[in-house]
Amino acid sequence: MGRVSGKVAFITGAARGQGRSHAVRLAEEGADIIAVDVCESVPTVPYAGATEADLAETVAEVEKLDRRIVATKADVRDFAALKAAVDDGVAQLGRLDIVSANAGIASFGAAEDIEEQVWQDMIDINLTGVWHTCKAAIPHLKAGGRGGSIVLTSSAAGLQAYNGIAHYVSAKHGVVGLMRTLAVELAPHRIRVNSIHPTQVDTPMIQNESTWGLFMPEEKEPTKEKFAAASQETNALPIPWVESADISNALLFLASDEARYITGVPLPVDAGTVVK
Amino acid sequence: MGRVSGKVAFITGAARGQGRSHAIRLAEEGADIIAVDLCESVPSVNRFYEGATEADLAETVAEVEKLDRRIVATKADVRDYAALKAAVDDGVAQLGRLDIVSANAGIFIFGDQSQNVSEQDWDDVNDINSKGVWHTCKAAIPHLIEQGTGGSIVLTSSTAGIKGTPNVVAYTASKHAVVGIMRTLALELGPHSIRVNTVHPTGVNTDMIQNEATYRLFLPDVQNPTREEAAPAFGSTNALPIPWVEPVDISNAVLFLASDEARYVTGTELKVDAGYTTK
Repeated sequence: MGRVSGKVAFITGAARGQGRSHAVRLAEEGADIIAVDVCESVPTVPYAGATEADLAETVAEVEKLDRRIVATKADVRDFAALKAAVDDGVAQLGRLDIVSANAGIASFGAAEDIEEQVWQDMIDINLTGVWHTCKAAIPHLKAGGRGGSIVLTSSAAGLQAYNGIAHYVSAKHGVVGLMRTLAVELAPHRIRVNSIHPTQVDTPMIQNESTWGLFMPEEKEPTKEKFAAASQETNALPIPWVESADISNALLFLASDEARYITGVPLPVDAGTVVK
Repeated sequence: MGRVSGKVAFITGAARGQGRSHAIRLAEEGADIIAVDLCESVPSVNRFYEGATEADLAETVAEVEKLDRRIVATKADVRDYAALKAAVDDGVAQLGRLDIVSANAGIFIFGDQSQNVSEQDWDDVNDINSKGVWHTCKAAIPHLIEQGTGGSIVLTSSTAGIKGTPNVVAYTASKHAVVGIMRTLALELGPHSIRVNTVHPTGVNTDMIQNEATYRLFLPDVQNPTREEAAPAFGSTNALPIPWVEPVDISNAVLFLASDEARYVTGTELKVDAGYTTK
């Protein structure tokens, strides 16, 4: 008996990285999955986006666990497309219990240098996209009448400042405000809403030269090895980054009935970067 | 394979309530237990509720052993560092290691505005709820560091460790202090891969709140308030439509933080509060 057996989880950004890890971990514990991903690169983002092949790999990994998955190419900026994907997933899988608003991007620049479009894409995906995800899912959770668990992926940058990513910090702080408000609005329906705050996670969002450069602005030739040392400096535990599975385990706990009375919580999975 | 198989957990206040629940839940998931409890009533608390007894602690032992786990239980006061250290040292000697610490022992005294709180009440609450937590960590940390395999320390704070609570000044101060202990230890022990976090329960269905004095805190105008009358008043403090949570809900949070699934979670205040502090 898995820890989320019989439940259905809706996950955005599910093609790779943390989103794929969430899909696989929840499926291991018995959940069926509704997966969406934009499966495209965003022009203002300095690393390549996921692809349809990535999303197909997520589908294959979930099906290998004998769980069902309904995967759709959809952009969290497009509410109508997102709603259609959720509606279709719920129609096929029969219910909705868990929401992981995970899709997000990173880009960089000092506050006074950030281009209008760079700022706009960040807020549209990392904040408005999270709201769209909830907006599309909440009617199904309410209709189910069995409560539910919504987990919003924020960041350590949702709790503290970072140089050079004012738009990211703003969007991720915004996610906390959204989480707190939804926790209060949805509590009468026994729908719980919490946020997760990772430190650096070992995914394509972090492991690219642009992100390495953020942590080593003076370094002419940033490498993964040099980044590891700089990244570890930010954590209290002696590790450079956490793995996607660590975020998935926190999501699993919050999604499961073991956390049935946990709501309104910002849960750092941050190796102590916020407390440091 | 349990989620904390092969680990040993040290739990204070383990005779009943949340402490007993933690012992059982961690044992269910494969841990052996070092349990301590005062097993006495604290005089200043007696006007609210009675303390646990040696029979209660024996019941915790029986329930853990029923799960085929080992338990070393000692009658010890968290205010008495030497006694606490002796209990941990003995437990580690018998069970061979230490991985998890649950600083759970606590008392609840309330009802007076701050200027009217007696010296004795303030000292008892802070000696047990905050100094006792420090003692618990102080006795356990050398074992964790020497073992060199990291570890997880979970300190039981409260919603009163996050928000102010009128007429509960000593308890509120003591539970805020626990957060300060946690944040400092998380930084001091991070290099040893020892994680330190707090849990913050709303009202939990134990003897500490299920007594007429506590009902009166919520219903000051009712003569002899009952559990049934108090439940909606308790519930009105929560966002979720429930009056209180069960001990097992706190145990499940402790289990998560204690397990390797939370191997990189440290310095965190984990609220199990039905939305009390968000509302």
